[in-house]
Amino acid sequence: MDDNYVIEMLHIRKEFPGIVANDDITLQVKEGEIHAILGENGAGKSTLMSILFGLYHPDRGTIKVRGEEVTIKNPNDATRLGIGMVHQHFQLVHNFTVTENIILGKEGSFVLHRKEASQKIKTLSEKYGLNIAPDMKIEDISVGMQQRVEILKMLYRDANILIFDEPTAVLTPQEIDDLMQIMKNLVKEGKSVILITHKLNEIKAAADRCTVIRRGKMIDVVDVASTSMQDMAAMMVGRPVSFKVEKAPAQPGRPVLELKDLCVMNAKNVLGVKNFNLTVHAGEIVGIAGVDGNGQSELVEAITGLVPVQSGAIIIDGTDATHLTIRERNELGIGHIPEDRQKRGIVPTESIADNMAVKEFFRPPFSRNGILDDGYMRRYAQNVVDHFDVRSGEGIRSPAGKLSGGNQQKLIVGREIAMNPKLLIAVQPTRGLDVGAIEYIHKQIVTHRDKGNAVLLVSLELDEIFNLSDRIAVISGGELMNIVDTSETNEHAVGLMMAGVRQQEAQ
Amino acid sequence: MADKIKVKEEHKSSPFLIAFSAVILGLIAGGILMAAIGENPFAAYAFMFKGSLMNMERIGNSLATAMTLLFTGLAFAFAYKTGLFNIGCSGQMLVGGLMATIVAHYVFLPRPLYLIVLILSAIAGGAVWAAIPGYFKAKFNVHEVVSTIMMNWIAYWSIYYYIPAYLKGPSLETESSSIAVSQSLRSPWLSKIFTGSAYINGSIFIAAVAIILIQYLLSRTTLGFGLKAVGANKSCAEYAGISVKRSIVLSMTISGALAGLAGLSYYTGYSLNMQIGVMPSQGFDGIAVALLGASTPVGVLLASIFFGILQSGKGFMNAMTSVPPEIADTIISVIIYFTATSILFEKLWNGFFHKIHERQEEKAAAADKSPQEVQ
Repeated sequence: MDDNYVIEMLHIRKEFPGIVANDDITLQVKEGEIHAILGENGAGKSTLMSILFGLYHPDRGTIKVRGEEVTIKNPNDATRLGIGMVHQHFQLVHNFTVTENIILGKEGSFVLHRKEASQKIKTLSEKYGLNIAPDMKIEDISVGMQQRVEILKMLYRDANILIFDEPTAVLTPQEIDDLMQIMKNLVKEGKSVILITHKLNEIKAAADRCTVIRRGKMIDVVDVASTSMQDMAAMMVGRPVSFKVEKAPAQPGRPVLELKDLCVMNAKNVLGVKNFNLTVHAGEIVGIAGVDGNGQSELVEAITGLVPVQSGAIIIDGTDATHLTIRERNELGIGHIPEDRQKRGIVPTESIADNMAVKEFFRPPFSRNGILDDGYMRRYAQNVVDHFDVRSGEGIRSPAGKLSGGNQQKLIVGREIAMNPKLLIAVQPTRGLDVGAIEYIHKQIVTHRDKGNAVLLVSLELDEIFNLSDRIAVISGGELMNIVDTSETNEHAVGLMMAGVRQQEAQ
Repeated sequence: MADKIKVKEEHKSSPFLIAFSAVILGLIAGGILMAAIGENPFAAYAFMFKGSLMNMERIGNSLATAMTLLFTGLAFAFAYKTGLFNIGCSGQMLVGGLMATIVAHYVFLPRPLYLIVLILSAIAGGAVWAAIPGYFKAKFNVHEVVSTIMMNWIAYWSIYYYIPAYLKGPSLETESSSIAVSQSLRSPWLSKIFTGSAYINGSIFIAAVAIILIQYLLSRTTLGFGLKAVGANKSCAEYAGISVKRSIVLSMTISGALAGLAGLSYYTGYSLNMQIGVMPSQGFDGIAVALLGASTPVGVLLASIFFGILQSGKGFMNAMTSVPPEIADTIISVIIYFTATSILFEKLWNGFFHKIHERQEEKAAAADKSPQEVQ
C-alpha cells in the first residue's frame, strides 16, 4: 500500500434491507489533495461517508487511516482520528457567538477560557483565509459565514481530513467561489479534503482526483484535470448526457400571471415577500433566482393559495385570484410542482394511480356524480407513468411512499404537466434527479412553454435557471431586485443581485 | 431479476395473517394463564366457545353482542382512516342511544316508517356529538382526543340527569323504564330463526348495510377519496385543493353517526333500557376491534364477531369451570398487544416466506442440474 494515502476504504460493502448501498467500493484519498466523490443522489456517497464518520458500520471491508487499520464505532472515534465533517445542515446554536459555538463540547475545564479560545480562532481564521468575526452571533451572520464556522469547528478540533457533504447547496455563486478558495487553502496547509457532490463544475473547479460511484458500485477514479465534464457525467449516469437545453426564443403572449405589490407574511410573522411585482406571459419561462430562504417559498405559497396575502393582488389569466381557494385557483389553470415533495406532493400510503388523480378526482372523467371511475384513473395514471418513466415495484398500484425520491419527483412533475396548466409553477423541479431525468424534465418544461403556457420556475440551481429561463427575476430578502433577460446577463451579475446588491450599485 | 422481485412481493404477509397470528397468540397466552391457575385450558376454551356457539340461540346472542362492537369498531376505523382519533365513541353511543330511546318511548308510527325515524334519530344523536369536536378541531385546532373524552363525560352526566328526571323506570332510580318490545329492534321472526334468542335484533341488517356503505364510500367515491387523502397527508390534501377543515368535520360526523348506531343496537336492541352511571365499554372496545380489523370494514366485521364470541362465551365458561370471566378481557388485551406490535409479525412472516422461497429456488436449481449430471 502506498504510504501517501491518508484515508483508505477498501472493498466496503453496506447493505440495507432490500438494497445494496455500497457494493465493494474502494476509496483512497492522498494526503494534501481535494478528492471528490461524484454520484447521483442515491448512488451511495452519503452512506460511504457515514461509514467513514462512524454513523454506520460496514458489512465488509476495511478502513485505514494513515496506513493503519481502524474501526470507527462512532463520530467521536472519527474526531479522534482527525476526521471532521461539514454537514449539509449546519449544527450551530443560533443565539451563541461564533466562539461559543466552536468551543461547544470542547470547553475543557469548568471555567470558560473565552479569551484564549477567541485568540486561537482568530489565528486559525487568518491562517486559512476564513475571514470570521469570533464575537458575532450566529443569527447575525450570513449562511456562507456559518459554513465557515463549521469548518473552523473542525480545525479547532485538529481535524486533518475534512469531509464536505454537498456544501454548495445553500451558497450564492460568490460564496461558492470563496469556498473553493478555502478548500485550496486547506490542502495547501497539508489538510486533505473529501468533497461529496453531484455538481460537475465544482469538481472541475476545485478537485484533484475524483471517485465516481454509480448505483452503489465504484466506476472509476479519474484525474480531474485530464477528464472532461462530459466524460465524468457519462460515468456518473452510465450514458452520454447533454447539458444544454435546446429551445427556441420565447414568444411571449398575453399575461397569465400578474403580481401587483404583493406582500406576504412568513412563518415568523414578518414580511417574507415585500411589494413584489412580476408578470409572466404565455409562452415564456420566468426563473426566480435567489438563495434559499429569501422569500421564494412565501411567494409560491401565496400564488397557489396555501398562505394568505397581506396586501397586493394576484391575477391569473385575467381573473383576480387574490382571495380564491386553492381549488378555485387550480381550476383557473395553475399547476404546482411543490418544493417539499414528501410533505406536499404525495399521499404516501395511497397508490400511484390515486396520487395521479389527487387534484382532479372530483370531476369528470375521473369521477361522475361523486363516484370514482377506477378504470379511467388507472388508464390515466398508466399513461403518465409511461410518459415520465416513473419506476416502481408494483406499477401504478404501488404506494407512492415506497418509490425512490427521484421517482416520486417524476410522479409529481408528470401529474402537474399532464394537467396541462396555463401556469406551471415549478419549484426545484429536478431536485434529487439524475442527469438523465433532469434532461427529460427540462425538455418537458420547454415543450409546455412552447404550447403557449406560462412557466414560473423557482430554483436554487443557477445552472437550471440559466438553462431554462427566458427572463430571470432575482429575489433577495423578499424583494424583487431586478428582472433581466437571460441573454443579457451572466451568473456573476445575477449572483451579486442574489446577495442583495442592486444593479445600479454594482455598476 | 424482475421476476424475482415480483415473487417476493407475492409472498408478503397480509393484514389478515397478522391479525390471525395475534389471535392465536392471544388464545395461547390466555391458555397459559388458565393453566397457571390450575385449570385445563382446553376444557375452558371448549366451554367458552360452546357458550357462544353451542346452538342457534347462543349464536344469536353472540351476534347481538358483536353488533354493538361492530358499529363502534367501524366508527373508530372510519375516523382513523381519515386521520382522526375518535375516542368519543362511548359518548356518541350514549347520545345516539338516548335519542333512539326517546323516540321509542314517544313516537308511534307504522313499523317501517317508525324504524326509519328510530334509525335516523340514533344517527343524528351520534353525529352531532362527534361533529362538535370535529368543528373545534377544524376551527381552533383542539385535539379531538381531548375534546371527545370531554364529550363522553358530558353525555354521561347529561344522561345521569335526564333519565331519572324524564324516563324513570317503575322500580329503579338508576335505569330508564323499558321500551316496549314492539318499539325495539327485536322481531319475533328473527328470534324464531335463532330459536328463541332474546337478544338478536334487526341491527344485524343495519350493520350489513353500514359495512357495505362504508366500504363503498371509502373505496369508490370522491368523498372517501378526499377524506382518505386528508387522513394520510393533510399537507398534500391542502395543496391539492381539498378542504381539510370540511373533511375533518365531515369525517367526525360520519364516525359519530356510526357510533350512534352502536347506541341504537345496544339500547333498543340488545337491551331495552338505559342505565345511568355507566360509560359503555363498547365505545373503547371498538378501538380494539378496529385495530385487529386493520381499520377496514370487512376486518371490523370479522374482528367484532370474534370479540362478540369471546364476550358472550365467558359467562358460560365461568359457570362450568372456575376460570374467572375476566380471562376473556385478558385475552382481548393480549390480542390487542400483539396487533399493535404487528410490525414484529410482519418481519417474522416475511422472513419465513423468504426462507421457503429460497429453499424452493435451491430445489429448482438442484432439479435443473440433475439432468445435466445424467448426461
